[in-house]
Amino acid sequence: MTTLPNTEQVWKALAQIPDPEIPVINVVEMGIVRDVRIEGNKAVITMTPTFSGCPALHLIRTQLEQTVRSLGFQEVEVQTVLSPPWSTDWITPEAKERLRQYGIAPPKPRSELDTLIQLEASPTPCPRCGSLGTSVKNTFGPTLCKALYVCNSCKEPFEGFKTV
Amino acid sequence: MRSEVREALIAKLTALADDEVILAHRNSEWTGHGPILEEDIALANIVQDELGHATLWLGLRQQLDGSDPDRLVFFRDADEYRCCALVELPKGDWAFTMLRQYLFDLYEALWLEAARHSSYQPLADAAQKIIREERFHLQHTHAWVERLGQGTDESNRRLQQALDMQWGYAQQLFVPIPGEELLVAEGMVPDLALIKEGWLEHSTRHLRNAGLKLPVNPGYQPTTRTYHTEHLWSLLAEMQSTARWDAEAEVW
Repeated sequence: MTTLPNTEQVWKALAQIPDPEIPVINVVEMGIVRDVRIEGNKAVITMTPTFSGCPALHLIRTQLEQTVRSLGFQEVEVQTVLSPPWSTDWITPEAKERLRQYGIAPPKPRSELDTLIQLEASPTPCPRCGSLGTSVKNTFGPTLCKALYVCNSCKEPFEGFKTV
Repeated sequence: MRSEVREALIAKLTALADDEVILAHRNSEWTGHGPILEEDIALANIVQDELGHATLWLGLRQQLDGSDPDRLVFFRDADEYRCCALVELPKGDWAFTMLRQYLFDLYEALWLEAARHSSYQPLADAAQKIIREERFHLQHTHAWVERLGQGTDESNRRLQQALDMQWGYAQQLFVPIPGEELLVAEGMVPDLALIKEGWLEHSTRHLRNAGLKLPVNPGYQPTTRTYHTEHLWSLLAEMQSTARWDAEAEVW
């Protein structure tokens, strides 16, 4: 008779799932997985969407379910919660550093924005050369969670995570 | 929840979702045709966000009556839609599209800000979620209004023309749907009269600063959301065609 993994082991397994659009970080350090609960041979995973229209959500949900099922749980439920709303503050410091190495400027602390209409508060450093001489080319990028920048020092364009 | 409150809430969620779906589809017509690549991408992002918002609103409706969001979007006829006429109008030129999106974003941001305090917790949670995305939209379209208004004579003329046309239509965003007063009394949704005050204050200041004149002639007179322009029929014909050909089509 096999024993089912405990919650800690489930968390570990989920941390193996890369974010579909930014594969250098996983869905746990991204802050998408909010809770893991085990009730007998049933596992209940709670997730929260990053951006409400993110096309990767369906894929993430399926991958969460498949991963937990492969651990031996007969019944798996993936619940979605909206509150508290996902924030880039939940991305772990290590993951932010990995984002930077990957070429994506990590998000800033949320405390920097609080008004409805705000201009760029502090400069976003270039993930390649570290220069603060950068400018936003487009507040929207190739995915909902990123904006486009250009570095005026090394002349490289780069993507930056939106702070939400 | 009393049944008349429940019915009104279902109708309100439908109206919120319908505005987002139709505006999103309208603006998606620019995909591949934007004036520059960055703007093409930006508008496509905004469209995707608006569809995400519609998904949330219809998800809340589903919790109340079990309706399937996809069925509602792809299998309702025009006369069953509850969007306002503003979002149905053809996309026009870039000034027309940006102005409409600005007027709508400002309304949506102010509405959401107030709706975060809804006594209906699922709606408060959704508003809290959506407003974080809406901020980026408003920032973007706010800047475009300024850019076009203060740009060249030609860009100012086009934006002014769009404003003359849209101002009356935009007022429909503040016309309550039947039964909405029940929801306001329950503290479930914000009072549109208050939202309109804030909207008028922000929009008139910004439009004037951008060098525009507020229309003297009110133009379109808002009626109920059961009345639609002819444009909604052709829009739905295109948007729903694939689902209606093959409702099971899922592989693409």
